[in-house]
Amino acid sequence: MHISVNVDGVTYADEVEPRLLLVHYLRERLSKTGTVVGCDTGNCGACTVHLDGHSVKSCQMLAVQANGHEVTTIEGLARDGKLHPVQEAFHSNHALQCGFCTPGMIMQAIDLLADESDPDDETVRKGLEGNLCRCTGYQNIVRAVQDAAQRMKPGAGPKQEQHSDEHVPSQQPVGGE
Amino acid sequence: MTATAEPEVGKARLRKEDARLITGETRWTDNLQLTGMLHMAVLRSPVAHARITGVDVSRATAMPGVAVVLTGEDFAAEQGSLPCAWPITEDMKSPPAPALAVDQVNFAGEAVALVIADSAYHAADALEAIDVDYEDLPVVLDMEEALRDNDLVHPDLGTNRCATWIFDSAEAGAGTNVEDEIAAAEVVIERTFRQQRLIPAFMEPRSVVVDSSAGMFTVWSATQIPHILRWMLSAVTGISESKLRVIAPDVGGGFGGKLQVTPEELLCLLVARRMGRPVKWTETRTESMLAAHHGRDQVQKITLAARRDGTVTGLKVELLADMGAYLRLVTPGVPILGAFMFNSIYKFAGYRFECTNVFTNKVPTDAYRGAGRPEATFAIERMMDELAVELGMEPMKIREMNWIKHEEFPFTTVAGLTYDSGNYEAATARAMELFGYDDLREEQARRRADGSVVQLGIGISTYTEMCGLAPSRVLGALRYGAGGWETASIRMLPTGKVEVITGTSPHGQGHETVWSQIVADRLGVPFEDIEVLHGDTATSHKGMDSYGSRSLAVGGTALVQAADKVLAKARTLAAHMMECDEADVEFASGSFSVRGTSTVRALGDVVLAAHVAHDLPEGMEPGMDADATFDPDNFSYPHGTHLCATEVDTETGMVKIVRYVAVDDVGTVVNPLIVDGQVHGGLAQGIAQALYEEATHDEMGTLTTATFADYLVPCAADLPAFLTDRTTTPATSNPLGAKGVGEAGTIASTPAVVNSVLDAVRHLGVRDIEMPMSPERVWTALQGRPDPGAGDVAAGGLGSIDAQGGQS
Repeated sequence: MHISVNVDGVTYADEVEPRLLLVHYLRERLSKTGTVVGCDTGNCGACTVHLDGHSVKSCQMLAVQANGHEVTTIEGLARDGKLHPVQEAFHSNHALQCGFCTPGMIMQAIDLLADESDPDDETVRKGLEGNLCRCTGYQNIVRAVQDAAQRMKPGAGPKQEQHSDEHVPSQQPVGGE
Repeated sequence: MTATAEPEVGKARLRKEDARLITGETRWTDNLQLTGMLHMAVLRSPVAHARITGVDVSRATAMPGVAVVLTGEDFAAEQGSLPCAWPITEDMKSPPAPALAVDQVNFAGEAVALVIADSAYHAADALEAIDVDYEDLPVVLDMEEALRDNDLVHPDLGTNRCATWIFDSAEAGAGTNVEDEIAAAEVVIERTFRQQRLIPAFMEPRSVVVDSSAGMFTVWSATQIPHILRWMLSAVTGISESKLRVIAPDVGGGFGGKLQVTPEELLCLLVARRMGRPVKWTETRTESMLAAHHGRDQVQKITLAARRDGTVTGLKVELLADMGAYLRLVTPGVPILGAFMFNSIYKFAGYRFECTNVFTNKVPTDAYRGAGRPEATFAIERMMDELAVELGMEPMKIREMNWIKHEEFPFTTVAGLTYDSGNYEAATARAMELFGYDDLREEQARRRADGSVVQLGIGISTYTEMCGLAPSRVLGALRYGAGGWETASIRMLPTGKVEVITGTSPHGQGHETVWSQIVADRLGVPFEDIEVLHGDTATSHKGMDSYGSRSLAVGGTALVQAADKVLAKARTLAAHMMECDEADVEFASGSFSVRGTSTVRALGDVVLAAHVAHDLPEGMEPGMDADATFDPDNFSYPHGTHLCATEVDTETGMVKIVRYVAVDDVGTVVNPLIVDGQVHGGLAQGIAQALYEEATHDEMGTLTTATFADYLVPCAADLPAFLTDRTTTPATSNPLGAKGVGEAGTIASTPAVVNSVLDAVRHLGVRDIEMPMSPERVWTALQGRPDPGAGDVAAGGLGSIDAQGGQS
């Protein structure tokens, strides 16, 4: 099937098998290997990306379902060499160890912060229920998300450094690989 | 080169590793794509014990994209047996362990056939077209039943008994005869505990890529042990070690689960050799649960002898340890690592440990975070509570009166180890203060008096562990097949930059950051100028890798020694350059100076002089690199006091941790941020054993917890916030004073939680609840009914694995 998907600001036109999972399309065809696969049942959330600004588990979606949509991965968060505040907060709060769950965790955290701009401990924990981490015991992840909330508050930084994945400028199609 | 302003050791440096991990620039094994690469998929046995009477691959071979389908017959002549490096006794029974089953399968999940295809999708498609005929054999699951030898896992061995290993303090001259202590005791307490089977559940599924081009075999693997893997792959295949290069790129967690020489690593290598093309295998999560090794799985019968005043006198430990169907790399040795730890921090006069290792038709067990020591700590900390209950004593008081006092170190224990340092009083005092122990006891009394629906429990764990694996001579005495040293190299580059090469193999621990801190301090080089290389046998040719909380205590020490060699040589050259006596040369903040003068040479200048070698002292070799290998004299002994308060809803059986305090003494801390992180993660895994996780099998031997929907790795909402702090008594066995922190949280926390839950409901007539303490189990215990039965039901989950081992 023919699909056209905008991924991290670039539109790709591709022929894909109908059964191809979105995560495999991202990893194998577009080389977006920052997004990873941790399970086959949608429980771990390591493959979390944004579809039109909302988090989805890309192992639970077919590539064809992304046709005509905008996908943002961990690789599309930084702007002009500047990290997203959630990425910065994960680093500053030592919210990762092996880092395998981190891309999905960051994508989910951004989604969470879009709904809850100043979440308490319990809200963060519940908001991250679909993302497993085996290294950190979540303590520093919770701290990082709350720290990121402060960093992202209106007026917390220069306008141009405030990111919103819902306003990704679409570029011209460059075709498939 | 500028001097470092403040000491790096002790500084909460943010990690160097993070830059690639938070941006998705990480290199996981599964990211690799090589030209012409083939994909391997593994057909796994759906049955736990059967003879293979026929394998028909004709339909699969004809499927689109399939290059070849291979069976055990195809590899029978070349696959040899997967290695077990720890024959714990001379007469240990060890069955052949083929990577691909040839004529018999011994656990559900064992590899039976391989599809090699042009894509992972095509390989998976063809798996379904392979027809295997199985002739069922009786399934052996229960250890006690297995020891009756009615049905045998490996008929050729004639028994399911693998080995029996004994330590007896009287025989070893380390203490009295425990039977005498028991006979003379005023109080004898006997309990049986079950250490359920766990799954390491690292987040990155295992993955292997082998490239056979250019006359070399390059193996990328998501492994903790690239060096050991290289050695073992060479030993099994006969491929020259010098023609094997093993690379552990970024590795997504291990927890002992990637301390293995796996069937799939060997098979990828054999397939790449056969096909002359690169091959990749990446497991699914369910494959990981079904085939990667499991952990724990012991039945512990413990007898404790004491006086009525609370003084403990004797401890007898009788273990059954489930090996599963095969002996993997260190399978039989894992329970033996606990042999020296059951006595823990307490002064027993007599001690005996006897462990019988048993074969069953289950996934092999092997190292999982703590490996033998969590089991030991759980048993002794549960027993100390049982003794307190029996004598009506305060549980902390009974610990205090029996533990080694701080002024008694170094202390040689009844298990024959010499604990070099510690201060149990200090850690306990700090923990009690942070916890608000007395206030919580009052609250508990109130709720008991009120008959509250939600009862409060307080659990204690005062633990120690042996880390820094390991003195090679001790490993030799335990019949382990390798040494326990570690190695490091420092390359002083002519531009002033520094490359550090380590034999440790981090997979989340942050060695790149911490090793840089150590070298920055030692050499006065900026942190940013140091690059740490690891996990590639071509750059790091020697090492014993990462496990057993060894990397800093052993590998960090090798690094200190290498740095000192660099400095010693640089000092000689600096004296030559400054035309002074070497005895007058001082070194501080990265510069050499002549005492009492203003003459100075920066280390970078000295390194450059060594590199260009225009004017060196007579006999000095050019260059300023150094290697060092450190073999520790002793283990290190972290310790601490963990306190856990739980609320137990007596109507639903639900357990909620309301306060968790961990005060750990891990010796000198290089990076407090990373140490805290290690403790947090360790706590999560230990708490998970107490409350959530269990690998269960049905009566046919099918693993019924083979997905993350069924095996309950805790999520953020399942865990509390932890309150952590530290006391510090430096280790005396290494110059850093480091003891190790990787396993402490896991070792300490399980008994703290279980003791807490029991403390909440003991007055309601509950004596014990098996782990994991699911709401169902707690509720059942509160009804005064016996436990629903070990291993019959999973603690929770969806039950999404059907009897054929597939997902329904």
